Amino acid sequence: MELKEIARKIRVDIIEMLEASQSGHPGGSLSAVEILTALYFKEMNIDPANPKSEDRDRFVLSKGHGTPVLYGTLAERGFFPKEELKSFRKLGSMLQGHPDMKEIPGVDMTTGSLGQGLAAANGMALAGKLNNKDYRVYAVIGDGECQEGLIWEAAMLSAHYKLDNITVFLDYNGLQIDGPNKEIMNIDPIDEKFKAFGWNVLTIDGHSIDEIIRSIGEAKETKDKPTIIIAKTSKGKGISFMENQVGWHGKAPSAEEAQKALEELGGAK
Amino acid sequence: MIATRDAYGEALKELGKINENIVVLDADLSGSTKTSVFAKSYPERFFNVGIAEQNLIGTAAGLAAAGKIPFASTFAMFATGRAFEVIRNSVCYPNLNVKIAATHAGLTVGEDGATHQALEDISLMRSLPNMVVLSPADGIEAKQCIYEAAKHNGPVYIRLGRAKTPVIFDENYKFEIGKGVELKEGTDITIIATGVMVERALTASEKLLEEGIKARVINMSTIKPIDKDIIIKAAKETKGIVTVEEHSIIGGLGSAVAEVVVENHLTPVVRIGTMDTFGESGDGFKLLDKYGLNVENIINKAKELL
Repeated sequence: MELKEIARKIRVDIIEMLEASQSGHPGGSLSAVEILTALYFKEMNIDPANPKSEDRDRFVLSKGHGTPVLYGTLAERGFFPKEELKSFRKLGSMLQGHPDMKEIPGVDMTTGSLGQGLAAANGMALAGKLNNKDYRVYAVIGDGECQEGLIWEAAMLSAHYKLDNITVFLDYNGLQIDGPNKEIMNIDPIDEKFKAFGWNVLTIDGHSIDEIIRSIGEAKETKDKPTIIIAKTSKGKGISFMENQVGWHGKAPSAEEAQKALEELGGAK
Repeated sequence: MIATRDAYGEALKELGKINENIVVLDADLSGSTKTSVFAKSYPERFFNVGIAEQNLIGTAAGLAAAGKIPFASTFAMFATGRAFEVIRNSVCYPNLNVKIAATHAGLTVGEDGATHQALEDISLMRSLPNMVVLSPADGIEAKQCIYEAAKHNGPVYIRLGRAKTPVIFDENYKFEIGKGVELKEGTDITIIATGVMVERALTASEKLLEEGIKARVINMSTIKPIDKDIIIKAAKETKGIVTVEEHSIIGGLGSAVAEVVVENHLTPVVRIGTMDTFGESGDGFKLLDKYGLNVENIINKAKELL
């Protein structure tokens, strides 16, 4: 199947999941759809039948509130039945509000408290080097998340230990809960900050699957340096009334809104 | 005399040889925490993360998620306080196999004063699901705690001290996670102690015996999971319990013991530890005396219960 069509289906999953649970984060999930699509359907060495394989590539969703895009992607990729998505955030479900590695096949790290995923990804990358494994570690961090001090502690470590087996996507959608990053706490110039921390920095259109794949290729070629791909994205991408709207950070659509969103996506299936 | 931190360094070096999955992390205090001993033997398995305690724990979580057995070390204050939420969400919630060996706990850090004297670490670590909390009484037990922590699959916090303290146990001593050990028989009163206070509890018991008072002494080196059986037995067989710890009376050993006792409607408990206060600079052992963590106070509190 074409990657664009997969991305569309994941968006449908996100909307249906959020409508069913009446809880969750659409904005920052829709912004990262192409990134996860490219990783899980093109780039990552993973096997849904053997989700704990030692040699697999790892993925850490540091912006853990983006669970809908992660769960939608894992379900589409066959890690668990799509039927499960309807139980998202409900009592007794394995699909916790933020990713839980103990419960969910395919989730490599428990995240949700912002700023913690990059350090964990570093640990996995260090272990890979120690064990002479050639697996790669991918992480998605948020732009608002870059306001956490731990991100920079970890960024220093990735460069210091020359972790060229780690590739980070910065989902740069420009918005956080309280408003635009630029107004709340400006993180720019974010590319220069990471460069100053010793990273290989690429900037791309985060909704172009081609650019994502090309940049991952570049990251793989880069030796002795971690790579960060600053993916310029739109929060709420793909749904007209959610796009670039602060209010859709952590709000579920009503039945009517969900219907409208699904129509825009070209129907449920 | 040996400091529990010295025992830690030795144990790590030995463990490193036996198990190549052991990795060690430090936050720029490897000389003080004694992880430098491991670093010297196994430089490729040692990671200094710099002065960054959250990152110390976060990186350890990732190493554990990839199958390593990381020992993360720094001073108890920063290991538990500074990094608390990372320990909670990145280590304990996913139940990852991270060992936090924190040195320089309690008042016996001494001259550095209140900012460096962790008096809340047991309380913080004990409140976390999945976390095992160990507080060895001497160098022999500290070494065994490190070995057992490495065998245990899941998060473990090991509380270590800076000061050299007397050796209590011989090489035949057998530490077991979750088991309190009766070091002295007694039918009048029970003293339950942990860490460096065990030695003082033993001295108090000897002095009480001179006055004809038989005080049972229990070494509670596992604070969590606490050995309920040994507490209940002591509560039933003696007239009361005195707890002694180099830690705040709020949330530590005393609280853990009191919880067991009160839930079973058993006997009075008196807690000795720092009161609701910070410490200050000074000689570590003089500080113990000043803040009531001394033999006299144990004797007085024990007598009050009779």
